[in-house]
Amino acid sequence: MGEKILEVRHLAKFFKTGRGMLHAVDDISFSLEKGKTLGLVGESGCGKSTTGRALLRLIEPTAGEIVFEGRDITHLSRRKLKEARKDMQLIFQDPYSSLDPRKTVSQIIAEPIEAYRILKNRNEIHERVAELMSIVGLAPRLFNTYPHELDGGRRQRIGIARALAMEPKFIVCDEPVSALDVSIQAQILNLLQELREKMGLTYIFITHDLSVVNHFSDEIAVMYLGKIVEQAPSEELFANPLHPYTQALLSAIPIPDLSVRKKRIILKGEITSPIDPKDECRFYKRCNYACDACRKLPELRETSPGHLVACSRIGEIPKAEGLF
Amino acid sequence: MENDLILDVRDLVVRFETDDGVVRAVNGLDLSIKRGRAIGLVGETGAGKTTTALSLLRLVPDPPGVVECEKIELDGKDVLAMSVSELEEVRGKDISMIFQDPMTALNPVFTVGEQIAESIFLHENVSRQEADKRAVEMLELVGIPGDRAGEYPHQFSGGMKQRVVIAIALACHPKLLIADEPTTALDVTIQAQVLDLMRRLREQYKTSLIMITHDLGIVAEICDDVAVMYGGKIIERGTLEDIFNHTRHPYTEGLFNSIPNIHDRKARLTPISGLMPDPTNLPPGCAFAPRCPYAVAGCGGPQEEIAVSDTHFVRCSRYKEEGFIIRRRAAETASMSIQEGKESDNAGGGSWPHSAKSLQAEGE
Repeated sequence: MGEKILEVRHLAKFFKTGRGMLHAVDDISFSLEKGKTLGLVGESGCGKSTTGRALLRLIEPTAGEIVFEGRDITHLSRRKLKEARKDMQLIFQDPYSSLDPRKTVSQIIAEPIEAYRILKNRNEIHERVAELMSIVGLAPRLFNTYPHELDGGRRQRIGIARALAMEPKFIVCDEPVSALDVSIQAQILNLLQELREKMGLTYIFITHDLSVVNHFSDEIAVMYLGKIVEQAPSEELFANPLHPYTQALLSAIPIPDLSVRKKRIILKGEITSPIDPKDECRFYKRCNYACDACRKLPELRETSPGHLVACSRIGEIPKAEGLF
Repeated sequence: MENDLILDVRDLVVRFETDDGVVRAVNGLDLSIKRGRAIGLVGETGAGKTTTALSLLRLVPDPPGVVECEKIELDGKDVLAMSVSELEEVRGKDISMIFQDPMTALNPVFTVGEQIAESIFLHENVSRQEADKRAVEMLELVGIPGDRAGEYPHQFSGGMKQRVVIAIALACHPKLLIADEPTTALDVTIQAQVLDLMRRLREQYKTSLIMITHDLGIVAEICDDVAVMYGGKIIERGTLEDIFNHTRHPYTEGLFNSIPNIHDRKARLTPISGLMPDPTNLPPGCAFAPRCPYAVAGCGGPQEEIAVSDTHFVRCSRYKEEGFIIRRRAAETASMSIQEGKESDNAGGGSWPHSAKSLQAEGE
């Protein structure tokens, strides 16, 4: 029913390294409806941030297509891309390094407005910046302060105000709260949620924190070594995780509730190298259910409406019981 | 009774005298840990958790740090009265510490085997060869193949490095282990491995543990007792059950309300408004009062610890009033009488005084 705002087909990003080709993102496809939020989860090195950046072409994809509002932006020229990026913004993980320390709060927020020559009159710019600051809950007295004078939560609000300056339709949030304390984290999550409702924003929410992504997203895609291994609506994914990696990941969340005594699935070993990976299931070496069938790369298949899994042994793997 | 305690701290005060003013990091902290128990020291950045831990080992840099304390007793021995050489004997032997960042806790120019053996060689009367042999055993105990003892820290991943740090910390079977956010730098599945390892080793060696963390989930998993810190004081302490199921302090309640509920993803988060207090300029009385939805004029006065039960203590003067109750607790009693979980959901709902205006909540 919803209108598609973003469609990603066979996106890949490889990096050349001294030891071979690093497959950061390896042939992933998904689409996103307007006003929805897709959570991209996985552990460090799974390619979630690279995906986020490749979507905005902040790094050039090696292969694949990105279609934004019906237009293929993969091969746009620099000038046209700049124009297209008005609608697509990014909120960074680290509120400490993503703000220019030599600029004041108002200068940082005004930067995109000036770069795109949206407003030329100084008073208009001033007004617009003040408006943006009030939208994200920054007190007017902070207008001329510098980022180093502010705490992490306020800095993240500056980053959000800067992203909103262009009135974007789509925002990639790359771990926007992971550097913040819990009480501040909740403030920022609520702010992002309110902005989504008020402005009809579409988000891609990249995080390693599964309780946050569950709270925030309509749909979740789980990544492992450059591949999407499972994708489903949030409730479905948490109620019925099918991929052995998703099951282990969900079982590993520490839950602050004493009535929950869960069975933990402890994975063996650690994430394998993303450099020149073999043509087998990327999770093969750590999987408790691995067998010969897993020696070939499984496809992402739909098992029930909206629920996709990439596992050769689907149907044979027991349901994860007692996760929550 | 006294002998029952592995650690007993009375009235610990730590301040840092800097050019910009006096940073009051710890302000009168009492902490006692029974032998074999695990206590979670919970709080946000700047609550004074790490400073507390460092002062137990007398590691607070001086200057600018000034530590004043009535008593720090480790296994019956007075830590404050120890000479430097006595301290060196205790550190790493009776009490050891796991730091947050495994990347910087290891020395890059020594092999991991050498680093584990060093601790054994220094503290126990053994030969180099014997120490090396025991280092290999420790490595295997934490799940790293013994033949990797000759490798350097950079050859290991983050999770493996943290295992090496744990191996060093446990090499001399300390009586008390302080773990300062040991899994914060790790991925969840690796975190699960490390927590599992810590739990098993603790059972094996009956080590007492101070787990410093901001993650209430980790506390629920590994600790027996909890102490919640704010503004350099313990504002609530008790058993796991006391703190999680019979929460009393408004700040503890705020922490729980800030965490997304895994069972009810639609529930709106109720953040604590405002920011952590500036430790150079703490408000008089309760440090949490400026952010507290229950604050009244009396909160500016002295805050003594009030006993809720034999195990459960709260530092909030509003409990002197007859019938004072926080929402989480009200919901808890309500749901008990109705026998229906629905009522308790309201605790996270929108009836909070400041939830409706969370956009401006940060304003001043």
